Amino acid sequence: MTEATTPGTHDSAQVQNAPRKAKTLAEKVWRDHVVRQGEGAGDAAQPDLLYIDLHLIHEVTSPQAFEGLRLAGRPLRRPDLTIATEDHNTPTLAIDRPIADPTSRTQIETLRANCKEFGVRLHSLGDKEQGIVHVVGPQLGLTQPGMTVVCGDSHTSTHGAVGALAFGIGTSEVEHVMATQTLPLKPFKTMAITVEGTLRPGVSSKDIILAVIAKIGTGGGQGYVLEYRGSAIRALSMDARMTICNMSIEAGARAGMIAPDETTFDFLRGRPHAPVGADWDAALEYWRTLPTDADADFDAEVFLDADTLEPFVTWGTNPGQGVSLNSNVPNPEDFGDENAKAAAERALAYMDLAAGTPMKDIRVDTVFLGSCTNSRIEDLRAAADVIRGREKDPNIRMLVVPGSARVRLEAEAEGLDQVFKDFGAEWRFAGCSMCLGMNPDQLEPGERCASTSNRNFEGRQGKGGRTHLVSPVVAAATAVRGTLSSPSDLAPVVEPVETETQPVNVA
Amino acid sequence: MEQFTTHTGIGVPLRQSNVDTDQIIPAVYLKRITRTGFEDALFASWRKNPEFILNQEPFNAGSVLVAGADFGTGSSREHAVWALKDYGFKAVLSSRFADIFRGNSGKQGLLAAQVAQDDIELIWKVLEHAPGTEVTVDLVSKTVHAGAVVAPFDIDDYTRWRLLEGLDDIGLTLRHEADITAFEATRPSFKPTTLPAKS
Repeated sequence: MTEATTPGTHDSAQVQNAPRKAKTLAEKVWRDHVVRQGEGAGDAAQPDLLYIDLHLIHEVTSPQAFEGLRLAGRPLRRPDLTIATEDHNTPTLAIDRPIADPTSRTQIETLRANCKEFGVRLHSLGDKEQGIVHVVGPQLGLTQPGMTVVCGDSHTSTHGAVGALAFGIGTSEVEHVMATQTLPLKPFKTMAITVEGTLRPGVSSKDIILAVIAKIGTGGGQGYVLEYRGSAIRALSMDARMTICNMSIEAGARAGMIAPDETTFDFLRGRPHAPVGADWDAALEYWRTLPTDADADFDAEVFLDADTLEPFVTWGTNPGQGVSLNSNVPNPEDFGDENAKAAAERALAYMDLAAGTPMKDIRVDTVFLGSCTNSRIEDLRAAADVIRGREKDPNIRMLVVPGSARVRLEAEAEGLDQVFKDFGAEWRFAGCSMCLGMNPDQLEPGERCASTSNRNFEGRQGKGGRTHLVSPVVAAATAVRGTLSSPSDLAPVVEPVETETQPVNVA
Repeated sequence: MEQFTTHTGIGVPLRQSNVDTDQIIPAVYLKRITRTGFEDALFASWRKNPEFILNQEPFNAGSVLVAGADFGTGSSREHAVWALKDYGFKAVLSSRFADIFRGNSGKQGLLAAQVAQDDIELIWKVLEHAPGTEVTVDLVSKTVHAGAVVAPFDIDDYTRWRLLEGLDDIGLTLRHEADITAFEATRPSFKPTTLPAKS
């Protein structure tokens, strides 16, 4: 490990020669990746040059970066720290046929040609390791505690769930990492998001993060790395932790992290790229040093009570416009600030909602279970548990899109595909799908969707489409009732059915 | 990268907060593999509305966008910056930018100038009362001039320096290639590579 002398905080100048300061998780990971410390102090400081342990690539944000390398005659420095997958454009039906949309096909073919030319490992459509880049990385055990991970995709924050410093970058930075395996970066500030207590049944990690975003706003985390901590976070599985870290960017934070613990180590052990033997022991010893020191200071702190949290849902057109599912569509008049009021009015007009309407009275047309936020095996299990033995509202179209080919296989081995099919849902192949509608999976104008994805922006899921962000169990309950619903709104299943599932070993 | 010292052009008041990158350029336009030619994609959905500011003269010839808070949130797509530049924008003013958008702007020579919301409101009034008013964004003095309004703006010193000098980031980093190589030699053996798995 390189031992740099200053932590990655905005006040680093003051502690240059001071005794070793207690550090947060993010500051430790930063410290261990400083190739070259930026000269100067405070605002005038030059950025640190930070080493990048893993670069994830997909077809949308990489072609111009590869082209940049070619034009400059530069090699890709570390193909052995780079991995690519096809996800944004890929169809979720008939994946054995040529991609119908010629521009999508060109982009995929360009990725394939670039990976071949520069020697990058690629998991193409049809490969059993293909899938959404943020599902594939952790699944392979490639994202590990204490690493720096980047990708030309803002949801790279997902990988912070294993205790990595992971963040999205633009295409110029993609090219920069390809050429140098580093990035010049100014240290982030740190924010603790402490969630204490026990989640009630039907409340999930998606509700935690939607509540956090509603609380601090879409810009509240700007300039910060968020660290999620507290008893409610510690109790979460890795899949659930990834959901939380995934949406850090929707609060304006480039990265969100959770300290590695036994849950993390159990998740990693035995995965294809996890260390083995003496390397595992050395890694574990290092990983155990990473959690935030007891006396470390954060630049900001936010608290959330898990005990009282209810299922959360968005009503507007940014992820901060959310409320408890049990409440009503808010009234723009209640927003003090003129700009917030105007934004709320505009959002309600776009969403075609009237202030005061109970959220549970809102009828939806489509339910989308998928995306890098909620397409992992536990998400599918949770949704399947809600719908098993129940009937779908006949007017609802439901798409279930596993996050990766591996998740799809695992779900099929457990019989979840049959549960979804029996219910009347469409069981699709892996990819980003209707989260952003770059492939044919899109909403029609005016169509309303309960979606387990991460963004309810205007037109995000298809031109004129209207999105309500929800958890997997709320998505499932909504598919049963036809209106936004939580599992507690459902009548008990009349005929009990077999609910035992056999987990398969993915490693 | 092109140097940026000062720019004067028609200001466009965009009275809206949380302008996310899906609005700046919808995903359907991200399928292109080129770095230019995105001018038609800028605000593509909003531009279908004849009332939209960029569909009105003289704003359609604008080059300084004056937007609400939290500009450029959401997706990391650098295409948002390319689209703004290809349309002709040289600078965007907002009281708060999303981190990734601001970073992308700095790499591409689009000036993301952080101006206090009170000043944004004053500039909006100037531009609405006298459409076609030219706004000057002076990176040397870190000030913006619109009619009688003169306001300071923030930008981090490193990005400012790179813009003023027109420096290319990769070239700057590669001056330290020996440091990178030395760092790589210290990389612990337990860290993974993407080469096919061991077993």
